[in-house]
Amino acid sequence: MSEGTRTAPAVRRLAAQPFGRFWAMLVKEFIQLRRDRVTLATMVSVPLMQLLLFGFAINTTPRHMPAAILLQEQTDVSRSILAALQNTSFFDFRRVARTEEEVDAALRSGEVLFAVEIPAGFEKAVRRGETPALLFIADATDPVASASALGALNEVTRTALAGDRFAAGTASAPPFEIRQHRRFNPSGSSQLNIVPGLLGTILTMTLLIFTALSVTREVERGTMENLLSMPIRPTEIMMGKIAPYIVVGLLQAALIMGAGVFVFGVPMVGSLALLTAISTVFIATNLSIGYTFSTLAQNQLQAMQMAMMFFLPNILLSGFMFPFSGMPTWAQWVGEALPLTHFLRVVRGVMLKGSGPADVVRELAFLMGLMGIAMTIAVTRFRQTLD
Amino acid sequence: MPSADAPDAPSRSRNGDVVIDVQGLSKSFNGRTVVRDLSMQVRRGQIYGFLGPNGSGKTTTIRMLCGLLTPDSGTGTCLGYDILTQSHLIKRRVGYMTQRFSLYQDLSIRENLEFVARVYGLADPRGAARDAIARLGLSGRQDQLAGELSGGWKQRLALGACILPSPDLLLLDEPTAGVDPKARRDFWSEIHALAAEGLTVLVSTHYMDEAERCHEIAYVAYGHLLAHGTVLEVIARAGLTTWTVAGDHLLALADRLAHLPGVDMVAPFGNSLHVSGRDAVKLEAAIAPLRGDASLHWTQDKPSLEDVFIDLMGQVKDNFQ
Repeated sequence: MSEGTRTAPAVRRLAAQPFGRFWAMLVKEFIQLRRDRVTLATMVSVPLMQLLLFGFAINTTPRHMPAAILLQEQTDVSRSILAALQNTSFFDFRRVARTEEEVDAALRSGEVLFAVEIPAGFEKAVRRGETPALLFIADATDPVASASALGALNEVTRTALAGDRFAAGTASAPPFEIRQHRRFNPSGSSQLNIVPGLLGTILTMTLLIFTALSVTREVERGTMENLLSMPIRPTEIMMGKIAPYIVVGLLQAALIMGAGVFVFGVPMVGSLALLTAISTVFIATNLSIGYTFSTLAQNQLQAMQMAMMFFLPNILLSGFMFPFSGMPTWAQWVGEALPLTHFLRVVRGVMLKGSGPADVVRELAFLMGLMGIAMTIAVTRFRQTLD
Repeated sequence: MPSADAPDAPSRSRNGDVVIDVQGLSKSFNGRTVVRDLSMQVRRGQIYGFLGPNGSGKTTTIRMLCGLLTPDSGTGTCLGYDILTQSHLIKRRVGYMTQRFSLYQDLSIRENLEFVARVYGLADPRGAARDAIARLGLSGRQDQLAGELSGGWKQRLALGACILPSPDLLLLDEPTAGVDPKARRDFWSEIHALAAEGLTVLVSTHYMDEAERCHEIAYVAYGHLLAHGTVLEVIARAGLTTWTVAGDHLLALADRLAHLPGVDMVAPFGNSLHVSGRDAVKLEAAIAPLRGDASLHWTQDKPSLEDVFIDLMGQVKDNFQ
């Protein structure tokens, strides 16, 4: 057990390698990279996810858009027009409305994006060669989605009805006029769609990160050990960390809304109080999800990566960047699980269409459910000990 | 102190004066046993020193006592509360000072103390923080960020935060690591003053002089509790015989001595060597030929606490590794 004799270490010669230090750094980086599982997973999953989403999920020409039909008469012509439209695969007639009010309500609540109205006496007028009007009402809050469908309409109806002896008309002119009505956004301004969309996107991005870092930061700085040794419960920690950012989120929302209304001229058709209430729920939902990431991640970097992985589908599959109805069913299902999708519907509805509480209650219930799930995971996953 | 009939009053253990009473605590991480079958008792008002080499399970034991870690096996009470099921009650009455500074670096001294006061639900958090600042002698610097303080002041602040909610037990994990001697001395004066008021203190340390300031000590190595008692008891029970030798060429001498039968340990101390053995007769026989060397000056000495610990560590290494 002697601590005595010790031979002097041999003086090592400096290796004459010009890339020696570079090599040292490179080797170290690779070792660290290999140990960081989450970063490795991100490297593979982000490109795959982008390829999958952009390659398969996104289609700017929407298909199977939910539509309503208002038949003021039951005739052969109206039935064949309806069948022809159904066959285009542009429209998916989900509702046969009886009154104009019903059509209006379905559009306002977002249940349908299109409505076709065949007026009374349409067939007679066609036979008399009076070229009556066929009314197409489009929810133009998302001008990209509605424009492509409306653009295709003329051609579609003419060719679809070509075989019909009553409705075919001459080769040059159809026997009826197609009247388009862009509801909620008559000028087709894309800002009207983008500004409410941005409200949701910006809130998602910033709020997720605020709370995603909150628990991991305490762990990394060593303050968690002290916090855990004190008599404070996980729920109290979570609520205390989320609450301040609800205020921050509402300030951000006010800023974006203010700019939207005063700078970009986005109308505020519905109730501001309702929009504030919905935004508060949306903000709290995102904060809870971020907080959940924070309890799952090992460090701040991982928490950031998780937040980004969650943000990506939110922005691509929610209907913010690309029309929701253009996506294949599987992508719509993924989109339905994301908070931004539901918030976008609600915020467009309230701001542009004047949706009321009854129109938004389903989306609101979904957001609250998601918040509940996130908070439950966070509280159960929160490590109360250092085990 | 809660009265005995308070709803959450601790069930009195057999000895009402025992604050920490644990039996057979074990804890392993990823198959590596860090604490093995550890039992200990600490009485009220004692300063109990917890010593042992790095990685010997001191921090793990302290964390198990305050509910930050769940023992794999073992039972026990801390302040009369079950450490397995009542850690939330233990937390209210224990001040735990972590090894690494764990207050908020980006909060000021006052803000940190007010936070602690609020978490413990003190009636007047601002007042409590103000009093603590005055007691710490930090009145002029209360708005300074905690992260900007020097090591010694950080440690004082951490202790101040620990005693703010008037706990009954302090668990201090290497509180004086990296702190200058003056600050260490002040710190220990404060600890003794607190113990005199009836506070029980369990303090882990590497410093032998600090061990000697404790009422009782326990020595752990490789997860085993190897010795406990007062410093004098621990030294006496070790049964070591130690000789001090001064002279020239000590390094060569140390090497030679280490290989002699009967010599269990050779350690350099400044200009001399401490030569120790568990068998006094064999040790004397071993060094007898060297005592004739005129260039060496031999004296029989009392083994120091450090000699005892290093010897204990050597034994446990032989037995368990």
